[in-house]
Amino acid sequence: MLSGTAAGDRNLEIIAAIAEARSAKRPVYISAGGSKRQLIGRSCDAPILDVSSHSGVIDYQPAELVISARAGTPLTTLIETLQEQGQMLSFDPPVLGGTATLGGTLACNLSGPARPWSGSVRDMVLGVKLINGKAELLNFGGKVMKNVAGYDVSRLQAGALGTLGVLSEIHLKVLPCPEHSLSLSYEMPVQQAIETMNRRAGEPKPLTGACWIDGRLHLRLAGATAAVEHTAGAWGGEVHRGDNRLWHDLREMTLPFFAGNAPLWRFSIKATAPVDTSLGPTVIDWCGAQRWVRGEQDYTSLQKIATAGQGHVALFRGGNRIDEVRSPLSAVEQRLQQRLKQSFDPDGILNPGRLYSWL
Amino acid sequence: MSTARDLAQAVPRAELLRCLQKILPATGIIQDQESQRPFECDALTIYRELPSLVALPDTTAQVQEVLRVCHRLQVPVVARGSGTGLCAGAMPHPEGVLLGLSKLDRILDIDPLARTATLQPGVSNLAISDAAARYGLYYGPDPSSQIACSIGGNVAENSGGVHCLKYGLTVHNILSLELLTVEGDSLTIGGQGLDSAGYDLMALLTGSEGLLGVVTEVTVRLLPSPEVAQVVMAGFDSVNTAGDAVAAIIAAGIIPAGLEMMDRLAIQAAEDFAQAGYPRDAAAVLLCEVDGTREEVATHSDKVASLFRELGASSLQVSQNEAERALLWKGRKSAFPAVGRLAPDYYCMDGTIPRSQVSFVLNEISRLSQLYKLRVANVFHAGDGNLHPLILFDASDPQEIQKAEEFGRKILELSVKVGGCITGEHGVGLEKLGQMPTQFSTAELLQFEDIKHAFDPGLTLNPGKGVPILKRCQEYRALPKRHQHA
Repeated sequence: MLSGTAAGDRNLEIIAAIAEARSAKRPVYISAGGSKRQLIGRSCDAPILDVSSHSGVIDYQPAELVISARAGTPLTTLIETLQEQGQMLSFDPPVLGGTATLGGTLACNLSGPARPWSGSVRDMVLGVKLINGKAELLNFGGKVMKNVAGYDVSRLQAGALGTLGVLSEIHLKVLPCPEHSLSLSYEMPVQQAIETMNRRAGEPKPLTGACWIDGRLHLRLAGATAAVEHTAGAWGGEVHRGDNRLWHDLREMTLPFFAGNAPLWRFSIKATAPVDTSLGPTVIDWCGAQRWVRGEQDYTSLQKIATAGQGHVALFRGGNRIDEVRSPLSAVEQRLQQRLKQSFDPDGILNPGRLYSWL
Repeated sequence: MSTARDLAQAVPRAELLRCLQKILPATGIIQDQESQRPFECDALTIYRELPSLVALPDTTAQVQEVLRVCHRLQVPVVARGSGTGLCAGAMPHPEGVLLGLSKLDRILDIDPLARTATLQPGVSNLAISDAAARYGLYYGPDPSSQIACSIGGNVAENSGGVHCLKYGLTVHNILSLELLTVEGDSLTIGGQGLDSAGYDLMALLTGSEGLLGVVTEVTVRLLPSPEVAQVVMAGFDSVNTAGDAVAAIIAAGIIPAGLEMMDRLAIQAAEDFAQAGYPRDAAAVLLCEVDGTREEVATHSDKVASLFRELGASSLQVSQNEAERALLWKGRKSAFPAVGRLAPDYYCMDGTIPRSQVSFVLNEISRLSQLYKLRVANVFHAGDGNLHPLILFDASDPQEIQKAEEFGRKILELSVKVGGCITGEHGVGLEKLGQMPTQFSTAELLQFEDIKHAFDPGLTLNPGKGVPILKRCQEYRALPKRHQHA
């Protein structure tokens, strides 16, 4: 069943565009806010399929902790809608100057500093409606907290960069805003900071952020006022009350570290993996599990570090975006991923080569 | 060209046995029907079948060799953990190998600083938390069967439990898997970081019911054990008011660690069984657990208690110590066996619905109960809308089985109608295959089938379960007619 033609609903047009692209065997590059064209994926020179007008909150039930919106909805719209009811997107996503959309955020699996504690956008997705490469509008998951009927196609879209389908509607779990928050900071060398943040994360306290920037460890506490204040008293350090720009600038990648055109690399590795200081200045987020470095780097050495840290590395922004920009997969996994892609998009028309050259 | 089906029928059991004997010791193969009986079903015992052979490997290498042989011979493989599943997902295939993974039960590593545990698939859910306890850590998802159920089975079913609303399902609490494909090729998916390089196969594999691969190792995230937990128990004169109380807690900005509801029949059965102090005359009981720091728990339990009072709770009790908390939970945790004492058999359903639909759905269930003349007790993960109606029946009466199944189907269809789904945490397996078209369109079912085919082109991994096979049914190793749903 196709959706109606409510204002902001462009499903019929998108379906028609995909059907046409498929019959012409002509690939498309899916774009809404355009905030991530130069980020995360490989360059894709296919003609743009603009889905930005497929936008708007469809349903929001605060007591259900669920919001449903079209993929082109700006994150800022969602965040404002939730804030009016004292709720939030717990995965704390970057809004990238207001241009980031819900669909792009899910397709890129972008989450902010709270991610290790409050989950990622992938974790919070309850269901999606998508249009696959056969121009079929399909509905997976739903609006309820638990759903194990069929494969979890909704979460599979996280990080797929639109190569499995055009995201149409997304149902998300949302959470109440914390009553109170503050930050603590400490002058500390990086290796000690990584150990300290992980030790703190093993304590049953309301920790919701742990990063290391320019020689300082920063910890964010959020939750019931009494719990936050009591923990701050016990942990000591320099206390920052009120709105702390640091977490905002870390999430939005607007810290001085992120400025300029030098290539930006992202490691996603084991939280306690040792830091390789030969790579130059590093920013550590996600309690050690997400690390950023800059500049021209030897990709093979980065790869070795990522493998040693049992994770992966990607060229997040800038640099050579023609070659592969993320860690290679084993031959077996590559075969499975290609077959999976084919099951959604048999003609390879959706964002071809954006994730890997062979996808 | 011969189809997979022709080929498989051409494989004599003797040849399969010869091949497995080269891989496994004599104790690792079960041939005779009497010894195979313990493997004929999972915890949904109305569906039973004996396999051709049971294979019980001791090592991952043996699992790999068994899969290679089965792939070469195109023999169906059904993986099994502890057999506590509730959807007949681990029921054997009569022409296939039942691959029992319970001997792979070692905890390989616990890293207290990184807060992870690496496990073989046969490790029981509770054993993880027991082993992590010395570091002040535990594993979040806690299905009712946690004493027995295995982590491999938890991954296959994306198991939940009573603490999901706050701490998530299996899919939120695992980092990486070692997987064997149907061909017996090994690969690692996920990693020790918090996301993957390519497609998120962790998401796809979790809850895939053994249809896409066989898990041989799991790395899970561990959480710090809360400083304290407290339960607020309240009785209500109507299910509606109890439903309102659930919404009021969420609206107050509290995410309880657990929020459970029971209706009158369940309350009385649980109280008779556990003497937990539940109000026997209440129409509904809510158990609300808050956990965290001492300060947070004190604030939130006060708030929950006063919300319950304002909404007119007919009785109220707040646990004052661990013993009281354990007793209040004992009733809920023993609700299934307690209800089980009321009739020869019970049939547990698993729909999930939007919380706002609770009273409507419970009223409808009560209407259906009168229609089918079968009693039903409702036990409900109210926090996340996951309903477990327990239909009481007598399995020695074929007509009652039929009525119970039809009643169950109606409940699942109702769940979908109000915006929910046919299964929240128990899985589709064989049991709910017939209801998949209620929730999904043909195009959606075909997309599932194509995903299945991408991983398992010969369709030999757990055939007849999970997703209906529509377009490749010619070569499909279907289960015997008696197990097929219309």
